[in-house]
Amino acid sequence: MSTTTGTTDAMVEIRSVHKSFGSVEVLRGIDLSVRTGEVTVVLGPSGSGKSTLLRTINHLEKVDRGWISVDGTLVGYRRDGDKLYELPEREVLRRRTRIGFVFQNFNLFPHLTVLENLVEAPVAALGRPKKEAVAAAEKLLARVGLADRATAYSRQLSGGQQQRVAIARALALEPKLLLFDEPTSALDPELVGEVLDVIKDLALQGTTMIVVTHEIGFAREVADTVVFMDEGRIVEQGAPGDVLDRPAHERTRAFLSKVL
Amino acid sequence: MSAQTDTLPQSPPAPLAKSDGADRLRIVPARRTGQWTAAVAVLALLALVLNSVIRNDAFQWDVVADYFTTAAVLRGLGLTLWLTALVMVLGFALGTLLAVLRLSANRVLRSVGWGYVWLFRSTPILVQLLFWFNIGALYPQILGVRTVNLLGPVTVAVIGLTLHEAAYAAEVVRGGILSVERGQIEAAQSLGLGPWRRFHRIVLPQAMRSIVPPAGNMLIGTLKGTSIVSIIAVQDLLYSVQLVYHRTYQVIPLLLVATIWYAVVTSLLSIVQHYVERHYARGTAGAR
Repeated sequence: MSTTTGTTDAMVEIRSVHKSFGSVEVLRGIDLSVRTGEVTVVLGPSGSGKSTLLRTINHLEKVDRGWISVDGTLVGYRRDGDKLYELPEREVLRRRTRIGFVFQNFNLFPHLTVLENLVEAPVAALGRPKKEAVAAAEKLLARVGLADRATAYSRQLSGGQQQRVAIARALALEPKLLLFDEPTSALDPELVGEVLDVIKDLALQGTTMIVVTHEIGFAREVADTVVFMDEGRIVEQGAPGDVLDRPAHERTRAFLSKVL
Repeated sequence: MSAQTDTLPQSPPAPLAKSDGADRLRIVPARRTGQWTAAVAVLALLALVLNSVIRNDAFQWDVVADYFTTAAVLRGLGLTLWLTALVMVLGFALGTLLAVLRLSANRVLRSVGWGYVWLFRSTPILVQLLFWFNIGALYPQILGVRTVNLLGPVTVAVIGLTLHEAAYAAEVVRGGILSVERGQIEAAQSLGLGPWRRFHRIVLPQAMRSIVPPAGNMLIGTLKGTSIVSIIAVQDLLYSVQLVYHRTYQVIPLLLVATIWYAVVTSLLSIVQHYVERHYARGTAGAR
């Protein structure tokens, strides 16, 4: 049914992706492969297109040209010969459940308790029995250190706690890939550490993830690959030691000198 | 240093030792003279009005008391209540559908929603009611049945009020849906929740916070607004007292009967609204 593409150990394949908002071209031909079990950190100045790229991976944004596959399956399209047919929403939603997305502003459901936030998708999208989903959710909350806050509403939590709940909510679908869109940018400085610790922990357990962030220290410590983007293009990519310490491009150097 | 503070009063004073300190100072609230004056004036005026209302025999309070709970009046009140409830429920059901149409990605559906709201908001409800009441002149038969037999005054009242109500409800619901952050829908989409689940589980409960206050307003407006059906001889609360005073000529006391009943019911509804608002404020700053 679905077209298998690329090499077998690539979790994400992005080929020649273009995307415009009106007359502004935000992505100008992106090619990127992310291997299973690896952590890719995307850096770049604001407006460089890194968040948009992340959002195209789970089809929150449609691409204008090119394609993206996750775990060997195109996310929003079906390929037939030279044509990519947009899938009906039902099918897109099904494929999305394999991709966890963590937002900058958490986007927890404020009218549901922490536990209800975690149980919602497994029950409604995957059809898991409620009991099973609750048990799994409690385990996940313990894993992010919030077992005692299951009945709280998101407003009663600190920003760092909210983001940890949001991560647990994404994990509740047992995704094959986790996408983080500036997960610590909306947090007070003293709360950044607790969220990064949870993400590091996931990295150590071999979760495949793509993290858009400004935390250079985190990139150095956790990333297998660092990607630097500017003006809708990937300027350079490689091991953190290379990109962060011996950048090959002037623009990377200029960016790093500002943020370090 | 302390000599300097004396000569330069704008510089901050040296910190006081705890013993001669801030702990002993007492804060005296400002006197609210204006509030007390206003209270006296308002009470005096109220006493004057009450005195004139109670002592004026033309109000005929004894007649009011006689008719307040008569079977005819209570039957009228009953009809007003269920007509209001039915129109609210049907109006908001249709209104929610229209709101969804207006926010749909489908351009045709969007236009249909817009057109409906435009049509029913731009003509007076009185005219709409008279139109539905006389629909038999345009369509003498509907599905082989004579229209006048199919559409009695009460049916016409339900249809006319509901269609009008739906146009306003649509705007209230649409405003509520728009008040929900975009990120909420994106989060639900990224979790794989389908459109119906997103709407009734994520968007609508959050939209209710902005929907309830204007909906409560509309409910109270509808309760009073149903009195308009008296012109097509539906025996609601107003029409019931009119029937009495056309016979007895006790116009004022019977209008008072209706007035007091309307006020009692709207007051009760305001109390209910308070609790409904509190329910939907779950998980927000207002929830205490």
